[in-house]
Amino acid sequence: MPDLPALPDRSRTAGARLRTERVTLGYGDRAVVTDLTTAVPDGKVTVIVGANACGKSTLLRGMARLLRPTGGSVLLDGEAIASLPSRQVARTLGLLPQDPVTPEGVSVVDLVGRGRHPHQGALRRWSAADEDAVAEALRLTDTLDLAERLVDELSGGQRQRVWIAMALAQQTELLLLDEPTTYLDVAHQVEVLDLLAELNEARSTTVVMVLHDLNLAARYADHLVAMRAGRIVAAGTPAEVITEPCVSEVFGMACRVVPDPVTGTPMVVPLGRAARHRTQEVPA
Amino acid sequence: MVALLSALLVTVFLVRITLGDFVVTLPDVVRIVTGTEIPGASYILMESKLPRAVLGVLVGLAFGVGGAIFQTTLRNPLASPDVVGVSVGASTAAVFTIVVLDQRGVALAAAAVLGAVGVAVGVRLLVGAHAGTRLVLVGVALSAGLYSAVQYLFTRADEWDTQIVLQWLIGSLNRVDWPTIQVLSLLLLVVVPVLVVLSRSARASELGDDAAAGLGVPPRRADLLLLVAVLLVGVGVAAAGPISFVAFLAGPIARSLNGGRTTLLGAGLVGAIIVVAADHVAAYAVPDVNFPVGVVTGAVGAPFLLWLLATGRTSRRS
Repeated sequence: MPDLPALPDRSRTAGARLRTERVTLGYGDRAVVTDLTTAVPDGKVTVIVGANACGKSTLLRGMARLLRPTGGSVLLDGEAIASLPSRQVARTLGLLPQDPVTPEGVSVVDLVGRGRHPHQGALRRWSAADEDAVAEALRLTDTLDLAERLVDELSGGQRQRVWIAMALAQQTELLLLDEPTTYLDVAHQVEVLDLLAELNEARSTTVVMVLHDLNLAARYADHLVAMRAGRIVAAGTPAEVITEPCVSEVFGMACRVVPDPVTGTPMVVPLGRAARHRTQEVPA
Repeated sequence: MVALLSALLVTVFLVRITLGDFVVTLPDVVRIVTGTEIPGASYILMESKLPRAVLGVLVGLAFGVGGAIFQTTLRNPLASPDVVGVSVGASTAAVFTIVVLDQRGVALAAAAVLGAVGVAVGVRLLVGAHAGTRLVLVGVALSAGLYSAVQYLFTRADEWDTQIVLQWLIGSLNRVDWPTIQVLSLLLLVVVPVLVVLSRSARASELGDDAAAGLGVPPRRADLLLLVAVLLVGVGVAAAGPISFVAFLAGPIARSLNGGRTTLLGAGLVGAIIVVAADHVAAYAVPDVNFPVGVVTGAVGAPFLLWLLATGRTSRRS
């Protein structure tokens, strides 16, 4: 295992409303993320990558206040997120979980409207502001045409756009997404990520997401966090993080890193056994 | 939808208190309730028809709302309190109180509520935080065990007690009195406003635990709602026994009437309609035989349960 040079984590110098201080997160007695310190750069797209079970989803869940840290803390605007009221957190930080439940017979506009929950109180019910937020969320996600349709009837890509619209209606400055492209084919993956990139630019929403596909992560991330065994191996720009030694350490996989022909961001080409086998058979 | 159900409930209620073996006309009902004494009619109305109908409405509301909270919070139409053993828990405690402790009244009601809470906590501990099929299976197993305990107590009961014990097996409005109604209405008056506030988060909770937390629903909110539902069901059982399948049927029926959206108020109204209508059928369907209301609701509910299982509508996860 080659030694990695310590990468400059530029997020520490920039503003970071959401950060972790030596946080330990886990389920029961089992710690999945240990002693982890990181900061999410404001107004940027941060992507967390890593092998299965490396703790990337757990870190995201901790940042979203779904898990109470067993050590250290997650800080939102300088305060421990676990001690803030649920509603106040939900007005600042939105979350799209990996596997949300679509209630039977719910229409698109009804589902998106539920994103307004943290803005409504016991006395303050549905208002013009809520109406506007829902309309804007539908427009941004290009789902206005679907508004009256039932969510059950939609295709996977449409449904994911609707769920993102639900999170947008919440109108939070930070948006956390746990594998928003799972179950989608590659065209729909790109569509969803393009949408999130546009939102980040148009509203300077801080986006944090967990992604499986390294090449898409490299393409859409401003800030990339690579994790292994509950710790951060490298963090920085995709060009800084996606290197052959780093990928080899994070995923235990030999690869070449070449420039993406479309965007110029680093692109990982796995070597794999099958590939090696075939290059031997084909004469140069 | 609410207006329609309310109108239907009023209709069923009026049918229940006027028609039957002894017909009391509507003008007579008004006269009696406002204080005029009509020989015969007064006694029938004030001691039987009216209290039965009122208790039917209250118990139906409690079971309907309690059942719908269970089904929505646990996101499983099978997970109603009468299926997962909460109602049987209340019955067992009630029967134990009568047969072994020889207590009635407040002690009995308290025991029923404690029994309901005990089973709910027990199921929760056995199942863990994961709802779903496992919860239903554990509940069904626990119910079977509790039923056999009730049957055993039944064999030990005095002859006089067996009639009363039978009520806690089937559910019946036969032993109604006005004090029971007062206690039940008071409790509902306290619980319902609490529910209105708590259930505001139900629409967010339906989207799954993680999404609900992301929308700012406090983490313990679901447990709190379930506890209120357990109290409702426990109090209902204390007053009229576990009228089978009302908690189970009311939610899904109200839901389909409401275009597929969950409605607690709707579920309560449907529950009340079912109990009052079933009690009327139970009292007059067969001449000279006054069935307990639970016999009728059971006869209607069992096929519905089979239909749910057959069509695979046991989980709303997608």
